[in-house]
Amino acid sequence: MNKPIRRLAVFCMVLFGALLINANYLQAINAENLREHPRNARQTARQFDAARGSIIVGNEQIAYSEPTGDDSAYDYQRRYKSSEEYAHLTGFYSLYNATGIESAENSMLNGSDNRLAVSNFMDTITGEEVQGASVELTINPDAQEAAFAGLRSVGKNGAAVALDPSTGAVLASASLPTYDANPLSHHDPSEVVAEYERLDEDEDKPLLDRALNQRYPPGSTFKIVTAAAALEDGATPDSTQPAPATYNMPAGGTMPNASGGACNGGDPDTLQHSIEISCNTSMGHWAVELGEDKMAQQAEAFGLDGGEMQIPLTVSESSYPRGLDDSQLAQTGIGQFDVAATPLQMAMVAGGVANGGDVMKPYLIDTVQSSDLTELETANPEVLSQAVSSSTASDLTDMMVEVTQGDEGSGKNGAISGIEVAGKTGTAETGEGPTHNWFISFAPADDPQVAVAVVIENGGGSGGELAAPVAKSIMEAVIDE
Amino acid sequence: MNAPSTGPATLPPIKRRNAELVMLLLALGISLGAFAAAGLALNERIPGGMFGYGFTFGGLAIGVHAALRFIAPYADPLILPCGIFLNGLGLSMVWRLNQGEEGEHAGVGMQLTWAAIGMVLCLLILFFLKEPRVLQRYPYITLLLAIVLLASPMTPVLGQEVLGARRWIGIGGFTLQPSEFAKIALVVFLSGYLVMKRDVLSLASKEFKVGPFKVLDLPRMRDMGPMVVAWCIAILILVGTKDLGTSLLMFGTFLAMIYAATQRSSWVIIGIVMFLAGATAAWAIFWHVQQRVTIWLDPFNPEVIDAVGGSFQLVQGLFGLAEGGVLGTGLGQGQPDTIFAADSDLILVSFGEELGLTGLMAIVVVIFLLCERGLRVALASRELFVKMMATGIAFVIAFQVFITMGGVTRLIPLTGMTTPFLSAGGSSLMASWIMLGLLLRMSDNARRPAPQAIQDEGMTQVISR
Repeated sequence: MNKPIRRLAVFCMVLFGALLINANYLQAINAENLREHPRNARQTARQFDAARGSIIVGNEQIAYSEPTGDDSAYDYQRRYKSSEEYAHLTGFYSLYNATGIESAENSMLNGSDNRLAVSNFMDTITGEEVQGASVELTINPDAQEAAFAGLRSVGKNGAAVALDPSTGAVLASASLPTYDANPLSHHDPSEVVAEYERLDEDEDKPLLDRALNQRYPPGSTFKIVTAAAALEDGATPDSTQPAPATYNMPAGGTMPNASGGACNGGDPDTLQHSIEISCNTSMGHWAVELGEDKMAQQAEAFGLDGGEMQIPLTVSESSYPRGLDDSQLAQTGIGQFDVAATPLQMAMVAGGVANGGDVMKPYLIDTVQSSDLTELETANPEVLSQAVSSSTASDLTDMMVEVTQGDEGSGKNGAISGIEVAGKTGTAETGEGPTHNWFISFAPADDPQVAVAVVIENGGGSGGELAAPVAKSIMEAVIDE
Repeated sequence: MNAPSTGPATLPPIKRRNAELVMLLLALGISLGAFAAAGLALNERIPGGMFGYGFTFGGLAIGVHAALRFIAPYADPLILPCGIFLNGLGLSMVWRLNQGEEGEHAGVGMQLTWAAIGMVLCLLILFFLKEPRVLQRYPYITLLLAIVLLASPMTPVLGQEVLGARRWIGIGGFTLQPSEFAKIALVVFLSGYLVMKRDVLSLASKEFKVGPFKVLDLPRMRDMGPMVVAWCIAILILVGTKDLGTSLLMFGTFLAMIYAATQRSSWVIIGIVMFLAGATAAWAIFWHVQQRVTIWLDPFNPEVIDAVGGSFQLVQGLFGLAEGGVLGTGLGQGQPDTIFAADSDLILVSFGEELGLTGLMAIVVVIFLLCERGLRVALASRELFVKMMATGIAFVIAFQVFITMGGVTRLIPLTGMTTPFLSAGGSSLMASWIMLGLLLRMSDNARRPAPQAIQDEGMTQVISR
């Protein structure tokens, strides 16, 4: 009977071997992942007891950890300044989870990133408390304030994004309605849960960052993409297409002009004039003339259908539809049918034109600094894609300047006295509910410092009327610096 | 020592009681050190009860050692120190986990009492059970005892369901976990029964061929009776008490022992196939089995974590282990007490967090050592019944630790079950000490010098069974 007993002994050894290997995997190899798991309350508790780094805008800390008194559950309380204006960017750092920059840059803010190892080690030796790195955002506080003030004065839900067209730095990113992150980082779990549930169940979705994560039909602002495709295809600003009052589309259906009349007295209209007055019928013709492939290529060149982006906040993918019949194709030429774009995407379109045709990769983080002021990370602007040639960009700029300055310009409300502003209005049909109202622009036209996209959700007016003034005040805030 | 210099004993008849004493003192030192370290970390002072605790526990351990010198002088010298090491660490951890709850030493006071009762039971076995083979006489009564113990939690009056599993019975304010004792009765029954039926189970066969090639020696259908009964019991436990762990432990022990008795791998293969089929059917039919599997496969899914009876406990345990890392947080400096059942089913997680991978591996290796010493006893024994019983006990300890630790480390689905010697709980500790007593007794018998011829006439006269 000894042989099977010996074999059982070996089997027991295998069992214990499996246990030991698995324990090694859990406690040594995979331990780091488990420790940083968002549901790991120990992690949270440890974080709340440590000095977490700040998030900085301009020269001000908009998120910081404040030491608490002895009677508090944890040693530090996370606080947010002007939180309603920055909540979608900073996110919140609660007992349960983290969002926004708090989540995306967690390893820097909590000091666990490998690049902080030396600094942490020195702190340990000198007996100082280990501190996380601080993250400085690219946001321009004046522009951010102007964006919120502008959106609030309209009184509807909406979003605004401003970019530095030459680098891709995000100068402002606003979304209404917003929320206050302070109650969410409270130390009392029940208060956190109650507040989160209230926000989560709110019909207006205040937790949603409309600027980066809500996709809208871009409406007439997308005509810039159609015009870009036409120019790249060999057309000139003086090339024409038929521009009747109503376009009887090839595969059935009709497309009227917003004004109700023909764009050029019934004659074919030039590309230049079609953009200035935002003519639907001619742009519909352009889209059909160019075909789905060229339209899709141009949309992709501006960044649509490029997948989610991490800036490092996640930006939803904007998309241009495929497999269209000619009527649907005509509608995409004016940013309708299934064209869907985030406000950030439309700011990238404006920014690409402003930057001589190169779309820069948007980014939110300027620098990351350790507590001893060593720079751990600095922004490194990158070209995302070359959307159009520089001559096309310059033609588009001229057309867009006419939108704010031309006699029949549709976006005169976006004009700034003494500065040339290039813009484009948009009024998107939503199928149900009032129209969304858009304005995209950049200024100054000859030396662009800022590119903006503004959308008013279900504004029910026109882009020039509702969105352009918001864009104007954001541009002014940046240029006045 | 008066050990003879000749004789055909399979192990050298050396007592090694002094070695045992040294190892015992080491084990006591470690567990008292753990107690002090936990106290220092929690209250910044050596715990007040340390003196009394040290005297009680140390006195009991040395008492057992001293008794061994007289009633089982040839017992394996490593078995007792292993038991004391594990029991001592378990006491320290249970004390540390109950610290801060009302009644400062409530947990450990009771646990120390159980340890004392366990050690007394161990001594009683050593004293009264001179020949373990007497247990062979009544296999069917033992079987009945095992079944009654297993079934008792299912009875409406005695049985108590706690958190989805019926593992307990209540008697006059105390709760008992009868499956802890049932496993010993089962091992004793199987040892007797399988020795009786060994020949027919191991020899009678028909060949299973694929074409001209022999694949397996299959047992005859009519010999499948015991296997079917064991399988039915395992499935009944699984369904009736919702206790996957006990079901797995019982059936695994049965397979190990039938293999030891017959040396036929076909029994193991048939058994595993039948168990898997039964378990799959149970999974398809019973929601609570499905939930166990979901928890095992997808514990980090937020929905599974937040579900009632979901993976929250398992995930907390995994976080605890990760928190411990390689070297641990130090005794009293982690937060294992925030996890449900940290002192019973998840006590290995508590050790993993506070002593780290290093400490956890040391503990597991000591348990492994204990069970390999048990198998060594089986190898050295002369009687078939004793061989079987030693194998069974050693395997039960090993497999139970595999199920508990495998469960909390997500190697296999988590099931509620105690870890021998370590977990808080009287039934578990008493059963552990009974098993230890049996192993000590059997090792003493196995290593005792063979009877010597009256006249020195060489080796021909010795008869041993």
